[in-house]
Amino acid sequence: MYYRETGQNVSSYAEDRRMVPVREDRWIMWTFLAIMFFVVPFWANDYWLSAILIPIMVLSIATLGLNIATGYTGQLSLGSAGFMCFGAFTAFNLLFRVEWMNIWLAFLCAGIVAGLVGIIFGLPSLRIKGFYLLVSTLCAQFFAEWFFNAYPWFLNYTSSGVVALPPFHYRFLPFQDQIFDFFGLEKDYNAYVWRYLIALIVTVLLTVACKNMIRSSTGRNWMAVRDMDIAANVIGIPVGKTKLNAFFVSCFYTGIAGAMYSYCYIGNVDFMIYNLRRSFLIMFMLILGGLGSILGSFLGAIFVYCWPILVTRFGDAVFGGGTLDTAFVENNSKIIVGTIIVLLLIYEPMGFAGLWNTIKHRLRIWPFRT
Amino acid sequence: MSNGANGKEPHMIIENIDLAFGGTKAITDISFTVYKGEICAVIGPNGAGKSSMLNVINGVYIPQKGSITFEGKKFSKMKPHSAAVMGIGRTFQNIALFSGMSVVENIMTGRNLMMKSTWIENALGIGRCKREEIEHREACEEIIEFLGLQSIRKTQVSALSYGLQKRVELGRALAAEPKMLLLDEPIAGMNIDEKLDMACFIQEVNYNRGTTIVLIEHDMGVVMDISDHVVVMDYGAKIGDGTPEEVKNDQKVIDAYLGVSH
Amino acid sequence: MEVLTTILSQLATIFSTDPIGGMFTPFGMETLIAGMLSGIMYSLVGIGFVLIYKSSGVFNFAQGTMLLFAALTYVSLTERQVNPVMAFAITTVVMIIMGIIIERTVMRPLANQDLLSLFMATVGLNYFLEGLAQGTWDSAVHGLDLGIPSDPIFVADVARETFGWESPWFDILVSKFDGFAALTALIMVGGLYAFFQYTRTGLSLRAVSDDHMAAQAVGIPLSKIWAIVWAVTGVITFIVGLIWADRLSVSFTLTWAVLKGLPVILIGGLTSIPGCIVGGLIIGASEKLGEIYFAELFGGQGIEHWWAYLTALVFILIRPTGIFGEREIERV
Repeated sequence: MYYRETGQNVSSYAEDRRMVPVREDRWIMWTFLAIMFFVVPFWANDYWLSAILIPIMVLSIATLGLNIATGYTGQLSLGSAGFMCFGAFTAFNLLFRVEWMNIWLAFLCAGIVAGLVGIIFGLPSLRIKGFYLLVSTLCAQFFAEWFFNAYPWFLNYTSSGVVALPPFHYRFLPFQDQIFDFFGLEKDYNAYVWRYLIALIVTVLLTVACKNMIRSSTGRNWMAVRDMDIAANVIGIPVGKTKLNAFFVSCFYTGIAGAMYSYCYIGNVDFMIYNLRRSFLIMFMLILGGLGSILGSFLGAIFVYCWPILVTRFGDAVFGGGTLDTAFVENNSKIIVGTIIVLLLIYEPMGFAGLWNTIKHRLRIWPFRT
Repeated sequence: MSNGANGKEPHMIIENIDLAFGGTKAITDISFTVYKGEICAVIGPNGAGKSSMLNVINGVYIPQKGSITFEGKKFSKMKPHSAAVMGIGRTFQNIALFSGMSVVENIMTGRNLMMKSTWIENALGIGRCKREEIEHREACEEIIEFLGLQSIRKTQVSALSYGLQKRVELGRALAAEPKMLLLDEPIAGMNIDEKLDMACFIQEVNYNRGTTIVLIEHDMGVVMDISDHVVVMDYGAKIGDGTPEEVKNDQKVIDAYLGVSH
Repeated sequence: MEVLTTILSQLATIFSTDPIGGMFTPFGMETLIAGMLSGIMYSLVGIGFVLIYKSSGVFNFAQGTMLLFAALTYVSLTERQVNPVMAFAITTVVMIIMGIIIERTVMRPLANQDLLSLFMATVGLNYFLEGLAQGTWDSAVHGLDLGIPSDPIFVADVARETFGWESPWFDILVSKFDGFAALTALIMVGGLYAFFQYTRTGLSLRAVSDDHMAAQAVGIPLSKIWAIVWAVTGVITFIVGLIWADRLSVSFTLTWAVLKGLPVILIGGLTSIPGCIVGGLIIGASEKLGEIYFAELFGGQGIEHWWAYLTALVFILIRPTGIFGEREIERV
């Protein structure tokens, strides 16, 4: 490692519970954020924004949401995409029907609605444990898919089942028109650069909030319930309340991720994409990244999302453009992702996050071995 | 408040507790009194129902009959959560730590009842959150220091040895500042040094903080040394109750421990 | 209010003697029986699940993909002019080998992990097999006709001709295909029961399912037992896959069979094969009745996906470990 925490002694408990404890890490983080906010929007082209950066952020937040329920509180959930669906439709209907609504408030409401739905489907967790809880979350998944199909009002009776989101939905600044006029900017509010910035702000806020919860009593209560619920009960943690709280926060994140998925990533609302397969993909991202790790949620999302793209790119570069057909790439990435999941579970149950920690530890004591 | 036979104030009175699982009787008609500030040992052969007794006291099991009077309030059954609120702390026979968390986090969970900040405050890092975290961390550090856990405070508990885990569990229970502490075999399975350390901790907690302690233990040497009051159980029934001296000379107790030809 | 009126009127219909609405009429019976029989199809998927869960505590999510893999292998072989008997034999061997490989490479290294890790491993395995099945063969839709008759039987005819019984209650149509599936299920359950109860391996299996450690301590070769279970499950899955394929044809949709099996085994209690059958009957019946009586309430059709899960949820809320599941006493 080029830098070590040696010599950076904490002298108060406030310093000890810093979000990023090592000084050099803080520098790296601030530089990274500065680049993401001030360099990337000017430099990156639409492909990078729309096909790489935005989806990674959106999926990371969805994974983080699942992580809160499954990774931190130990409540197995296979309904992520269903909760995303509730989030996306809430945001759409608010922005479509309410004139004074802005995108931030719509996202917040999307989270709250998804969270409330999450509480309803989380209620059985008060009585049911373990795998039996799969019934409840799968029920939520299928219910969401069916619900928005059966009640077309939520899609404004669009017969195709898909609504493209027009620029006027993207109301992210007060006096937006005037400001854009003033700076002489083009008024395509749904340009990728704006979508990127919206996604970035939401992602940063939610990540910080998650970290804050994890290092406070909320997170400790979740983990206590996950690790041993009887003991948690005996030391006075209200187990049921904690579970429902975790379901709410988890689905709040997932709901916002759903709204982002529609608004920032694909640019339309469509209940078909929030299907069980997407729930599974999010589950894969969580497992690969590592349960109970915020960094892991990001790493998992990056890997699962980027692997097929890399394979395609690699094929194009080696065998010439378009040689690898989509079916091959898809099957290949399924086999690879499946294999990596099993290998990680065997050798590094904490996923990529665990792998990262091991590497860090090895580098720290290099050239000695553990 | 009525005073007990030996002039002390009762802290908890257990009356006629019956507990059965299906057809198996675990506890039959047990009554005893724990006095304020004493160390009360519950002893008896394996399967005598000692752990079940503790589970009844803090509400993990619900007895079919009987009542528990804690600090003058009478209950026909306890709930684990309300037991914790009333100030009954507990450690377990098979360590029940939160294995995915560090030592300091485990001990901090013990103070959850005193932390009032909501999850929204915590998420945004506003309001009571920061102040509470630091305040309670200070209290937990005192316990860490008392138990000599400073060097491992950031270690994940699943990586610790058995003896240390037992200590962390005691720390978690102490963090809640309980009025009564139920310890289920706190020194079982330890080597002699660890045993002595733990026995010292228990006595110190009892002496300095005035915490009433109910403990289950098999090590007779330690039991006779540290306890003020011994309750003997066998086959779910109480067969002896008194000071260590009285119990030691009780014929029924000797029979239960040494066996008697019927 | 409107919802309440609909519920009440539906309830009234259920208890009426309306020939096409009342539940306690030949029509109602027909619906119920058809539902229960189609539920047996779900039980069939559940049997493999239960077998693995019972013996190793693994909640095998890859069940559906194993089913697809087997059916796809068989169909692809027959399409390549392999004689059906030969194809059956080859696929059986393939499934046995696959079971052993899974045990070797996935289950054994994870033997002492917690249940969640094992579950996640099967989720990974599921994804792997999906890629493998479609990568080895293809992802097209293949028809499969095993010659299982699918025409319905009119029960009244059978009752009159064989037993000379007459009753309006026999005016029921029953699908021969469903009957066939039920018969298969019966044979399988009988076979498994005999295997568990009367063979040495079966005895070891029961020991292993009770307590891994204790079983190992008395010298039961754990890995061998697990390999047997996975191999047997592979073969059972293959047979079930054929029946499902005959009904649905072989394609990716087949993997969703697992989602039909899930509520069934959860109602039954994860460790009980009879429970699996009972669960199938309940889910099947509930799906049919829900479709007929309650779909209208929810704006039309297509409620079956979540209705089955809702039914399961209700049952599990009443009995948190299923109808036949073992209730664990939590010790502290």
